Amino acid sequence: MIRTPLRPLARILRARAKGENPDAIEKENKRLRHEGQQDKSRARAEGRILVLGAAFFLAFSAIAVKMGTIAQSVPIEPSAVAMGNPIIGQRSDIVDRQGRILATNLATHALYAQPEEMVDPQNAATQLAAIFPELDADRLLADFTGSRKFLWVRRQISPEQMQAVHDIGDPGLLFGPRDMRLYPNGPIAAHILGGSSYGREGVDSAEVIGVAGVERQFDAYLRDPANEGAPLQLSIDLTVQAAVEEVLAGGMMLMNAKAAAAVLMDVHTGEVISMASLPDFDPNERPAVLTTGNAADSPLFNMAVQGVYELGSTFKILAMSQALDLGLVNPQTMIDTQGPLTWGRFRIRDFHDYGPTNTATDVIVKSSNVGTARIALMIGAERQRAFLARLGFLEPTGIEMPEARAGQPLIPRQWSEISTMTISYGHGLSASPVHLAAGYAAIANGGHRVTPTLIHSDLPRPLGDEVMRADTARAAMDMLRQVVTRGTASFGEVAGYEVAGKTGTADKPRPGGGYYEDKVIATFASVFPASDPKYVLIVTLDEPVETTGPEPRRTAGWTAVPVGAEMIRRIGPLLGLRPIIETPELVSVSLTSN
Amino acid sequence: MRALLVILSGLLVVVLGFWAYRENYATQSTMKEVRELHARIGAAHERLNMLEAEWAYLNRPDRLRDLAEMNFDRLGLLPLAPESFGRVDQITYPLPAELPILNAIEVSSDNAPASVEDPL
Repeated sequence: MIRTPLRPLARILRARAKGENPDAIEKENKRLRHEGQQDKSRARAEGRILVLGAAFFLAFSAIAVKMGTIAQSVPIEPSAVAMGNPIIGQRSDIVDRQGRILATNLATHALYAQPEEMVDPQNAATQLAAIFPELDADRLLADFTGSRKFLWVRRQISPEQMQAVHDIGDPGLLFGPRDMRLYPNGPIAAHILGGSSYGREGVDSAEVIGVAGVERQFDAYLRDPANEGAPLQLSIDLTVQAAVEEVLAGGMMLMNAKAAAAVLMDVHTGEVISMASLPDFDPNERPAVLTTGNAADSPLFNMAVQGVYELGSTFKILAMSQALDLGLVNPQTMIDTQGPLTWGRFRIRDFHDYGPTNTATDVIVKSSNVGTARIALMIGAERQRAFLARLGFLEPTGIEMPEARAGQPLIPRQWSEISTMTISYGHGLSASPVHLAAGYAAIANGGHRVTPTLIHSDLPRPLGDEVMRADTARAAMDMLRQVVTRGTASFGEVAGYEVAGKTGTADKPRPGGGYYEDKVIATFASVFPASDPKYVLIVTLDEPVETTGPEPRRTAGWTAVPVGAEMIRRIGPLLGLRPIIETPELVSVSLTSN
Repeated sequence: MRALLVILSGLLVVVLGFWAYRENYATQSTMKEVRELHARIGAAHERLNMLEAEWAYLNRPDRLRDLAEMNFDRLGLLPLAPESFGRVDQITYPLPAELPILNAIEVSSDNAPASVEDPL
């Protein structure tokens, strides 16, 4: 570009000749030059603004497009970020206190059909009915040829069945993966575990949800992926549970009982080592809930937790220990046991006549209703109620099962003096065997309340509230020991395990009112070993009758006690209790020949 | 100077682009590897789970009890009972090992000085 000079000589000379100011020419040229420069820089700035605008537009459009695609697409987890273990998404296992599996998962498949895809519905229906005998070929054919687009054929199939269905070769028969909940031990601990079923179901997966027992109680924990498959450890011991159920089933059969329950509890921690209720069921195939009749007749009914019964004379030690604790009696105090005791229109009598007076110890050992009722009168209704409340007899047990809420004890509406007397020997207040176990555990551990639990913990638990003094608990234990050595529970003696306990035989209440003559609930509440109590075992038999003698015997001493003793004999060694060796008898020498 | 700066920054962009390209592919291959490993771990976990379930099923107390009864002749297994425990003094004290016999025939006069008079 040729720059225009500011003072072109030709124009200046011409201007000078005309007498004009040549500076005006220079100014004029300067102005023109400035204008030119201005135009140029404006154009450049405009171009830059355009480029910048285009860049911003592109950047924002890119963001907008990305936002649009994110909003439109299915969300996916960022796979590059290592967050936990993506594999263990299954429901957690349930294990016993030794880590043995009680419930686990198994990968199986579900079979579903898409009739639209089917090549030969007739053949598929007949062959499926041949593989699964419970399916009906005609119904399947009706489903396959009808208007349905999708149907589940079977929820779970075994690998062999899956292969057989594969071999049919119909493209309309499809498989979806399923996690099956497996209880490898079958009916053992069935009531504790409860059972599970499928919740929301999809083709690719299905939710497994707990329907009862700990499966339901801890459903949220078991399903929480944050646990990364950490199992739920129960306080149950599988081998002990199996032994308890075996002995209980045998005892129930021998004693012709309708149902039976057993609870074994650690007296210090309240951990339930074993809890059985018979008849039971297989949680792998949980039976349907009874819709008619008495729910207590269903095998699903957990007698140990849900069943509230008048537990009879097993309650006497509670009244006695309270009287001891209050200083009203001591083990040697003479108690009036002359029967019958008449109170208003009620008459309290004993099984036999135990004479006019007995020591407090003998009231328990011989199980005198009259004697206990008199002691209860000394205590009074208010104090008795408060004591039973402290032991947890007036509210459902805190055991971790949804069924426990059903085990609400039945208490008299009005706690009158006659209620006080009858409750002292176990009538008029209904509680579950677990309640009784917790009550006996408090006596056995030196007077501290325990809360029953099904969860194992290695950490020491805080000591419960003191419900009685340690020396009272010791005295009550001595009485219980004497019940076994010389009282109503003499069949309960197990060599080496120093069993202490109390029998209880309660007439069953009629639905209409009053009591049955020949139907009882027999209970044996025991603690062992008496010198250093570790476990409490409650055995309850529903309507037992022992028929080996000339006349049928129904008292707990003949029915529940032998079952309890056999149970202790079997589980004592399994619990790692070393039998206490008594001094061996001297071998007697007899002369056989001269 | 300015041209050098432009050239250098251009080169830097090229190098960075190349580096980003390589990192991208390395990440993708690592992620693929992780996915494969996860799948393998998942399969192994499933297999382990199956084996554990089978172990638990085969060791269920009912079955062990039946097996113990069936093989009673060979194994003689009984439920553990208080009688199974014993006292220490019921076990015989281990006998001391016998001393080795060094000289089979020992005669009282073996080491006696030879006598002039023969006693016989």
